[in-house]
Amino acid sequence: MIDNKSVGSRVRIRVTYGIVFLLGLICLLPLLNILSISLSSSAAVSANRVGLLPVDFTVAAYRKIIDDSQFWKSFGISVTRVILALILNLAVTVPMAYPLTKSVREFKARNIYMNLLIFAMLFNGGMIPTFILVRNLGLLNTIWALILPGALPIFNVILLMNFFLGIPHSLEEAAIIDGANPFQVLLRILIPCAKPCIATVSLFSIVGSWNDFFSGLIYIQKPEKYPIMTYIQSLSVDIQELLKSGASVNALENVTELSNRNLNAAKIVVAVIPLLLIYPFLQRYLITGIVMGSVKE
Amino acid sequence: MSENRKNRRQKAKRKSEVFYHLMMFPGLFFLILFSYVPMVGILMAFQDFVPAKGLFGSEFVGLKHFIYMFHLPDIAKIIRNTVVIALGKILIGTFMAIAFSILLNEIRRQFFKKTVQTVVYLPHFLSWVVLAAVVVNLFSLDGSVNQILSVFGLGPVNFMGNSKVFPGLIIGTDVWKEFGYNSVVYLAAITGIDAGLHEAAAIDGATWWQRVLHVTLPGMMPIILLMGAMSLTSILSAGFDQIYNLYSPIVYETGDVLDTYVYRIGLVGRQYSFGSAVGLCRSIVGMALLLGANGLTKKLTDQKIF
Repeated sequence: MIDNKSVGSRVRIRVTYGIVFLLGLICLLPLLNILSISLSSSAAVSANRVGLLPVDFTVAAYRKIIDDSQFWKSFGISVTRVILALILNLAVTVPMAYPLTKSVREFKARNIYMNLLIFAMLFNGGMIPTFILVRNLGLLNTIWALILPGALPIFNVILLMNFFLGIPHSLEEAAIIDGANPFQVLLRILIPCAKPCIATVSLFSIVGSWNDFFSGLIYIQKPEKYPIMTYIQSLSVDIQELLKSGASVNALENVTELSNRNLNAAKIVVAVIPLLLIYPFLQRYLITGIVMGSVKE
Repeated sequence: MSENRKNRRQKAKRKSEVFYHLMMFPGLFFLILFSYVPMVGILMAFQDFVPAKGLFGSEFVGLKHFIYMFHLPDIAKIIRNTVVIALGKILIGTFMAIAFSILLNEIRRQFFKKTVQTVVYLPHFLSWVVLAAVVVNLFSLDGSVNQILSVFGLGPVNFMGNSKVFPGLIIGTDVWKEFGYNSVVYLAAITGIDAGLHEAAAIDGATWWQRVLHVTLPGMMPIILLMGAMSLTSILSAGFDQIYNLYSPIVYETGDVLDTYVYRIGLVGRQYSFGSAVGLCRSIVGMALLLGANGLTKKLTDQKIF
């Protein structure tokens, strides 16, 4: 009887390991596929012979990228954008989160500000009025169109506020008694204590700006000013249209873009590398972020 | 003396408040400019908006665009597509995330567990621009998936060109991208369950499956309800980035959703007023859903979303 049970549970554990392993593979293999395509010859790619491993291994596609000035221009625009957006996001959200931790007795207008923020989370003007505004501000085709509309991520303000609320109040009081003003309290006491939370919202900001292609799509009308994801999206548009319309790859061999499939794959891989570099931090902090986000009040 | 001290404290408090307002100011500036000014811009939904004339020069036409919208045969289809795709993602995605977290919790070998976690969280952090290229490579007519299907004598299936299959592709690839990351919060919930309950159930002779059903799942219920209520709010956003990068006119029948429609008709087609009208309806229903979800969450659990 006991033996029987342990055999059953051993089988169950094997099956569990098997399923988890399989799910891991399902997540990994499609990504490996694009990596192999980028490392295969364009002939092998056009013939659809590339699966999990590169066929006719070559780094020709990567060598081509080195000289692709538009790729690096877009890459550079995205790097600049990520840095500017990060600085702006922190400069705006961190100081905003602190007064919101005060009670109405300490800060009379607190609830007015809070309600303005919450309403903006609930309701928005939508895509078109925002586009018209950005256009009227003269921001179209500038990097600011990619940065300013997202300058205030409200969710991050709430996250920071909740984190500040969890910091022992006595630290703050001690500083106030020593004559510190609220700016100094924020700078010297709260920010050092809130490092994990600031790291989390910073990573939110970095990943969001790097991955965003939509702002580039609507606000940037000159392809030479595209950020990286919009640039990559614009590359794949033609070939995707053809593939999706049901044409088979072989029938399309004379289409010039097709020979670029491995080149495009290489561009995608290079565009993902910055995220892979910060991925260890993403894993550590964004998970804290989720837990912080879900345990509110 | 005490009067004096009170005065001084009052003064310090007022001084602090000045600082508080100063600290709010940069955020308030962007909040008003990019959240509240576009809300005023919604007025264009009630106009025949001409950009050259501006919001104050354009002619008001009342509910014309709203009436037009509700007479459009497309609109019912688009709402249906949006809800079908969004609901599919929520239901299957939640199921997968819960199932995965329960299985992952059984894994004892830390290295194996960490490795799998690293891999399954990764797609969440990648842009749909990148993942769409991955999906197109795999699911095109000559792609790996169809090659595998042909081994079993099936297909080829034109995943991106067949409107019957397209919503399945969208739902499936989204679940693939997010199930790992979404399982994090459920895994945290499982870890929080009292181990004593499991031991007691095991001593009473409960099988693994019975323990999952009667200990693990009930223990996760508050977080499942919370996440479920929160996901209600996304029922009108079926995922612009994903669909935009994968769809084409042949699959509009089942693949066109509210956001892609507003983008195409309103922005690309420059029907600003009509696009804003559709956008406004979407925002209002979205707000109602969020308020409803918040109320529901408060009722079901002691937490609230905002």
